[in-house]
Amino acid sequence: MFVSYKWLEEYVDLSGITPEELADKITRSGIEVEGVEVPGEGISGVVVGHVLSCEKHPEADKLNICQVDVGEEEPVQIICGAANVGAGQKVAAAKVGAVLPDNFKIKKAKLRGEASHGMICSLQELGVEGKLVTKEYSEGIFNFPQDAEVGADAIEALMLDDSILELGLTPNRADAMSMIGVAYEVGAILDRLVKLPDLSYDTVSKQAADDVKLTVEAKKENPVYLAKVVKNVKVKPSPQWMQNRLVAAGIRPHNNIVDITNYILIEYGQPLHAFDLDQVGTGEILVRLANEGEKIKTLDEAERTLQSHHLVITNGKEPIAIAGVMGGYDSEVTSETVNVVIESAYFAPSSVRQTSKDLGLRSEASSRFEKGVDPKRVALAAERAAQLMAQYAEGDVSEGTVAFDELSKEEKRISVSLEKINRVTGTDLSENEVLDLFRRLQITAEESDGVIHVSAPTRRGDLEIEEDLIEEVARLYGYDLIPMTLPVHATNPGGLSARQQKRRLIRQTAEGAGLTQAVTYSLTNEQKATEFALDTTETVKLLMPMSEERSQLRLSIIPQLLESVSYNRARQKDSSAFYEIGSVFLKTADQELPKEEEHLAGALTGLWQLHPWQGEKKPVDFYVVKGILDAIWDRLGIKEEIRYETAKMDQLHPGRTAAIYFKEEQIGIVGQVHPVKEKELDLKETYVFEVKLESVYAHDAEPLKYSAIPRYPSITRDIALVTDRTVNAGTLETIIKEAGGKLLKSVQLFDLYEGDRMEEGKKSLAFSLLYMDPERTLTDEEVGNVHNRVLEAVKEKAGAELRS
Amino acid sequence: MEERLKELSQQALAQVEEAQDLKAINDVRVAYLGKKGPITEVLKGMGKLSAEERPKMGALANEVRDEIAKAIEVKQEELERQAVEKRLAEEAIDVTLPGRPVPAGHAHPLTTVISEIEDLFISMGYTIEEGPEVEKDYYNFEALNLPKGHPARDMQDSFYITEDILLRTHTSPVQARTMERHAGKGPVKIICPGKVYRRDNDDATHSHQFMQIEGLVVDENIRMSDLKGTLNVFAKKMFGEDREIRLRPSFFPFTEPSVEMDISCKICGGKGCSVCKGTGWIEILGAGMVHPNVLRMAGFDPEKYTGFAFGMGPERIAMLKYGIDDIRHFYTNDYRFLDQFGRKEIR
Repeated sequence: MFVSYKWLEEYVDLSGITPEELADKITRSGIEVEGVEVPGEGISGVVVGHVLSCEKHPEADKLNICQVDVGEEEPVQIICGAANVGAGQKVAAAKVGAVLPDNFKIKKAKLRGEASHGMICSLQELGVEGKLVTKEYSEGIFNFPQDAEVGADAIEALMLDDSILELGLTPNRADAMSMIGVAYEVGAILDRLVKLPDLSYDTVSKQAADDVKLTVEAKKENPVYLAKVVKNVKVKPSPQWMQNRLVAAGIRPHNNIVDITNYILIEYGQPLHAFDLDQVGTGEILVRLANEGEKIKTLDEAERTLQSHHLVITNGKEPIAIAGVMGGYDSEVTSETVNVVIESAYFAPSSVRQTSKDLGLRSEASSRFEKGVDPKRVALAAERAAQLMAQYAEGDVSEGTVAFDELSKEEKRISVSLEKINRVTGTDLSENEVLDLFRRLQITAEESDGVIHVSAPTRRGDLEIEEDLIEEVARLYGYDLIPMTLPVHATNPGGLSARQQKRRLIRQTAEGAGLTQAVTYSLTNEQKATEFALDTTETVKLLMPMSEERSQLRLSIIPQLLESVSYNRARQKDSSAFYEIGSVFLKTADQELPKEEEHLAGALTGLWQLHPWQGEKKPVDFYVVKGILDAIWDRLGIKEEIRYETAKMDQLHPGRTAAIYFKEEQIGIVGQVHPVKEKELDLKETYVFEVKLESVYAHDAEPLKYSAIPRYPSITRDIALVTDRTVNAGTLETIIKEAGGKLLKSVQLFDLYEGDRMEEGKKSLAFSLLYMDPERTLTDEEVGNVHNRVLEAVKEKAGAELRS
Repeated sequence: MEERLKELSQQALAQVEEAQDLKAINDVRVAYLGKKGPITEVLKGMGKLSAEERPKMGALANEVRDEIAKAIEVKQEELERQAVEKRLAEEAIDVTLPGRPVPAGHAHPLTTVISEIEDLFISMGYTIEEGPEVEKDYYNFEALNLPKGHPARDMQDSFYITEDILLRTHTSPVQARTMERHAGKGPVKIICPGKVYRRDNDDATHSHQFMQIEGLVVDENIRMSDLKGTLNVFAKKMFGEDREIRLRPSFFPFTEPSVEMDISCKICGGKGCSVCKGTGWIEILGAGMVHPNVLRMAGFDPEKYTGFAFGMGPERIAMLKYGIDDIRHFYTNDYRFLDQFGRKEIR
C-alpha cells in the first residue's frame, strides 16, 4: 500500500510531523513502512508552460519549434520532438538550468540550426513510471488542464513533491488498505482526530430502481449488493488532483468514472465497479454462481472460462463481471458512456480468493475482498461515488439505492481483564491508561470490575479475541516501554539429548580426523535419489516439483557429496574430504509420513596428507576412510561391535567395498566409487561411506568403568602367518582372539607381505600378540601353551602356517 | 729433580694448552699422568734423595701432578663444551619451514551458528527438540492456527507430497508436536533447529531449502516482557554487547501479539547505511506470544498457560554476522567458502 503524505493530510492533521518521522512512528506501532519516497526528488526548474505557437522545424520532419510562455517576460523557444505537442497546450517545460531525474541537466542547445531553451517533458521524463501514465500521454508529452497556472512549479502541480510511504502490510491489517484506514492508525499514533469526507450531494427525482432490477441468488457469497444509478455523465479526464493521487497510490488514471471508482477503492478500501447501464442492456442485475464452462471477456480483453463455484454478476442472461475480481469488457465504461450503474458490494473473502487463484487474476479489488472489506463502508463508498460523479462527471444521481443487504454490521463485543493485559505483557497499566489507548484508536471501550469491554469497529475485522486487544494496547503503548525480564519458573535443566550428544560427538570426531562438514539439498533428481542407497525403497516424490532436478527426496547423501567434490575439482581443488549428517527419506504407505533416517556420509578424494618438502604425500585410500570411521566407533564406545565384510554395490568398486555391520545389522557401506562412475562424474579415485545412525543412536554403550592399571608385566609374542591371499586379516584376527582367551589382551597386525618372495597365491600377515594376567606374572610356559593353541587354531580354521 | 718436575709441568701445561680435541687431551693425560708417565718415572728416582729432600720432592711432585690434572680437567670441560656446541650448531634447523599439517576439518558455518544458539539457550535451561522434515499438513499449518484456506498460507508456498503431507515450511510443527506430547502440562522450554523447504527459485536471497531455529516457552505466567528480555540476551550474545534491540508489531498466525525484532546496525552505529537500508535497524527474527488457538489445539488451557515463541533463519544470521552476500554459498560446499569458517569465533 502506497500512502501519499499529502492525501493523508486530508483526513488527519500531520502538522509538525515530517514524512520520515511519521514513517518511523507507524513502523514502531504496527505497520512496517518499507520506504519513504519523494517521486520528484532532485527535479528542479520545471514549470507549467503555455505553448503559444508550434511549427514544424524546417530541417527536421519530426521536430517542432515551439514558443512557450514559461511565466517570464519573454516566451522561450523550445524544440520539441513529441508528436502530440501543439499550440495552446499547457505543458511541463524544463527551463535552461533545470535538473531532471538521474541528475540530467537541461542546457541551451541548437537542434539543426535552431536554438532550444529547454525541454517539454513527458511524465516519464519527470520520473513517473510508464505504467502509471494515462494512455493519452503515454507516447508523448503531458498536458495540464487548461486552467493550470503558467509559470507554476510543475512538480508541485503534479504533486510529485509529495512523500509516498510504502506500507508493508501483514495479512491481518486489511484495515490499512485504505487512506481512511491509515488515517485511523495515524490518528491513534499521534492522538489526533480523523476527518471523514462529506458525502452530501443532490439527486434528481428519478429512482435508481426504475433503471435497475436486482436479484442476488448466491447470498452466501454475496451478502450485500448495492447499485446506484448516475445518468447523463460526461466521460472525460478526471481532475488533476485526483489523477495525482491515483498515481501516488500506484494506479493509472483512465477517465473520470473509472478514476472515481479507483479513488474510492484507495480512499475507503471498498472496491467499486461502474457498468455502462446501456451496455448491460437488460436493466437487470443478477448475482449468481457461474455455470460450469461459462465464458466472459474481461476488461483486459482476455476470454475467461468459469467454474461453477465462481461468483458472477450477470445481466440476467450472461456474465458482465467476475464478482470482486474483474469487470467484463462489454459493459465497461467508455468515452461513449452516458448512464452508469455503480456497484458496491461485499463478496465473501474465500470465494474471491478461490476465483482469483483459479483464474490467476489478482487485482486491487480482489486483494481487498479476499481479506474482507468493512461491511459499513459498502454503503458509504456507494454514496461517495455518486457524490464524486455528480461533481466531476456532471451526472444526475437517481434517488435511492437498489439494494440487497443481509450482512451483519454489528460490532463485535470483546472483553479482556486489565489483569490479563498486564499479566501477558509484563506491564503495569492502569485502567485509565488502557481506556485512553482505545479512545485514541477510536474504539469504544468501557471498564467494569477490572474488565475492559470493547466494541470492535467493523473496519477492524482483525480484532476477534482478547489477545487481539492486548496487542492493540501493547503496540500503541509502545513495545519500547515493555520491560525486559526473563522467565521465572520451575524448569528442567537444559541440555542435549543422548542422540544430540552422539551426533555432536560424531561431528567432532569426523572434523578432528580431517573431514569438513557439507550441507547439501534433500531434493534431487530421480537418478541421484536412488544411487548408493542402502535401502532400495521407493522414493518420496513431490506432487508439483519446480524442476526435475529437485523432484524427489534422497535415499542417499553420497550423490550430493560427490557433486560437491566434483564442483570443487572443477575449481582447481583436487583434494576433498567431506562429511554430512542428514536425513534420507524412505517411502512407506501412500498416505503416511515417510520414514526419515539420519545418515552419516562422506566423500574423500585426492591427497590425504601433504607435506611436500619432507616428501610426504599420501593419497586417500580405503584404509584412511576406514580409520576415520573406526575413530568414530571408538569414541562412541561401539568399536567392538562393528565389523567390516567384503561387499558389493552397483556404484562401488567391486574389490574395494565393505559392508559395515553393527552387531548383526548392516548399517552402512564404505568403498571406492566405481571407476566407471568416477569417470562419469569426472572424479579421480574417490572413496565414500554412508552409515545409518539410528541404531547407533539407539544403542547404550556400557558405562565407563575404571580397571586397575596392571601391576604385572605383559609378554609379547610376534607371529608371521602365511595364508592364501583370499583369507582376510579380519578372519585371522577373530580366530586368534577366540583361541587366545582371556590372557590374550590385544592383537595387532603390523605387517602385510605379498611380494615375490612368497609362493604364488600366498601372503604373509604378521601379528603382535600381547599376553597378560592382571593378577600375577605369567610364566613362559603358560604363555607358550596359549600361544600354541592360537597357532593350532589359525592352522586348522584358516590354513595359516607359521612363516619359516 | 726439581728442575725436571718443573720442566715436565711446563711441557704438560703447554701440551694441554695445545690440545684441540678430546682425544688429544686424553693423550696428554695418559702421557703425563699414566702409570708409565714421566712423573711416575721421576718419582721412581726419589730413592736417591736424602730423607730431608724426599718429602719435599714428594710434595712437589704431587703438586705438579695435581696442577696438570687440574689443567687437563679444565681443558677437557672446555673441549667437551665446544664439542656440544659444535654438534648443536650442526643440528640447527630452519624453524620457518612449514610444519606438518594435521588433518583438520571443521563444521559448516550454519552448524556453527545453530550450535552457538543451541548452547546459549541450553545454558538458560532449554532443551533441543527435533522433528520430521516431511510433515503432516496438520502440524505444519492447522495446529498453528492456519486452517485450510487461511490467507496467510500464501505467505509460504509449499512442496506437497500428497494433499496432506508436505515438506515442512518452518520448524514450528516441532513446537506443535512437543506441546502435544506435554499433554497440557508445562513448562515447555525448547529450541527447535532444522531444515525447512519452500517453493522458491534459488537466487542470491532465496533458497528452496534453508535452516530455521525456533524457540518456545510455555508455562504459567509467561509474559511478553520475558520474550523481550530473552531476545535481548540472545541478541547481545550473538551480535555483541553493544547491540540494542527493538520490537515492532507484526503478524504471524501462530502468535498474538506478534513482533519482529530488529537489532541496531553495527556497520553505521544506527545512523543508517546500505546494510540497514538507512533505518539504523536490521530485522533479525519474528516472535510473539503463542496464539490461544495454538495452545488449545495442543491441549493447553490458554486461561492458565501463556507462552512465547520466536524463530529465525541461521542463514540470515550468518549472512549478517559474516557479511555473506549470497545464500547459495551455503549449499554449494565450495572449499573457498567453507574454509573461511574453520576458525572458531570466541567472544
